[in-house]
Amino acid sequence: MKAVTVVGASLAGLGAARALREQGYTGALTVVGAERHAPYDRPPLSKDFLLGKAEAADLALAAEDDAALEVDWRLGTPAAALAPGRRAVVLADGTEIASDAVVVATGAAALPLPGAPRLAGVHTLRTLDDAEALRADLAAGSPRVAVVGGSFIGAEIASACAALGLETTVVEAAPAPLAAVLGPEVAAAVAGLHAANGVRLLCGTPVAALTGTDRVTGLVLADGRAVAADVVVVGIGARPAVDWLAGSGLELDRGVVCDPGLRTALPGVVAVGDAARVRRADGTTARAEHWSAANDQPPVAVRNLLAGRTVAAYARVPYFWSDQYGVRLQFAGHTRPGDTLRVVEGALADRAFAAVYERDGRAVAAVALDRPRAFTRLRKGLAA
Amino acid sequence: MIYACHLDDLPKGESIRVMADVPIAVFNVDGRLYAVDDTCTHQNASLSDGWLEGCFIECPLHEAAFDLRTGAPTCLPAKRAVRTHAVTVAEDGAVYVHAAVAQPVAEGAA
Ligand code: FES
Repeated sequence: MKAVTVVGASLAGLGAARALREQGYTGALTVVGAERHAPYDRPPLSKDFLLGKAEAADLALAAEDDAALEVDWRLGTPAAALAPGRRAVVLADGTEIASDAVVVATGAAALPLPGAPRLAGVHTLRTLDDAEALRADLAAGSPRVAVVGGSFIGAEIASACAALGLETTVVEAAPAPLAAVLGPEVAAAVAGLHAANGVRLLCGTPVAALTGTDRVTGLVLADGRAVAADVVVVGIGARPAVDWLAGSGLELDRGVVCDPGLRTALPGVVAVGDAARVRRADGTTARAEHWSAANDQPPVAVRNLLAGRTVAAYARVPYFWSDQYGVRLQFAGHTRPGDTLRVVEGALADRAFAAVYERDGRAVAAVALDRPRAFTRLRKGLAA
Repeated sequence: MIYACHLDDLPKGESIRVMADVPIAVFNVDGRLYAVDDTCTHQNASLSDGWLEGCFIECPLHEAAFDLRTGAPTCLPAKRAVRTHAVTVAEDGAVYVHAAVAQPVAEGAA
């Protein structure tokens, strides 16, 4: 292997570059990034960055010894195609990068509101540029904010807006935000944070339309209710950024399908982070859309890439966290309807607790609000 | 020096947080006491809430680990060391932290 190209220059991409060098790869190493920025940490974008407590420089992921990685950085131009026949990654400007092996780390792109017109004041939040644009809009006067989508990113944005003193409404299409992820009891406790912090939460009704001509003036819900807003933030999920791989021979299904070792249908191509969809032994597939997976998958993928076969599987328990209204939520494992929630410490009503989800008498997931110590102990007890 | 707790209140494998100019975490590693700045140098988490494994404390948020003997991070995402502080135990079992002189607070908690 003489030339490896990592496509995607964020946490997973940088992690792949580091893993390649750590695991002894000495050939040419190119990292392609669609954004003009060097790798940066995304989670703070919806938290401290919006509040002005962190700046772009604080988010940089590079460490001092990363210079020794000897990476040829190609930032600011997205990859447009993978041409396995020519062993090349093709960039949007036509440049071809010779590649014996490729790590797909292109992540995901924020979903826009379907069918909505392009209006000033309407935002999604995924990239640093998105966050800068949103932060500027939030600082212009005292805008009323509507957040579409009550999941983690929506709740974090609403929390930041409330902390900035802005009148904020969260609109959630489902009957309760996050119920599918956290189960009804915990989801209710978390949703209660909005009201407790002066943010209005409207559930159970999707958005029918945005209003405004050049600039957004608000939105109308499917039941006819109107919400006036000067800034609308759409946080309804993200879609794996894998369109550029169409026709490459890779199996695409809402991500790049790969084996538990993150190897894809093409030899010499692995996938990591939000773009990777892992097919488990039972045939089901899943993406691990979390910071921890983007952080932990690259060493495994690289190991298998260098070995030329799957010698290790990615088998860590999913883990994520969210900071909302000064409360830290942490979750690990897999839960599904029917699991029993058992509070181990604290109380749901106080929004300070640690709990496990049990199935057939076995803990399958752990959750906590502001109980990091108890949570870590519970998490360490979960089987992969 | 700052009174932290009585030794009886800090059993092996446990940790406590005490307030100095900044919060300090004190750990009992098999009978040896160590103190480091409590706030992880990566982002905002309290190391006294972390996972103790031998002389290493793993941050409860993103799993960076620090060597309690030196304060040095042993893995990413932390890049900077935490300050270490001397700990002494008086005859009556009182645990004291000798907080290192504060460094200028140049970097905020990102
Ligand atoms: S805050 Fe400690 S590792 Fe991130």
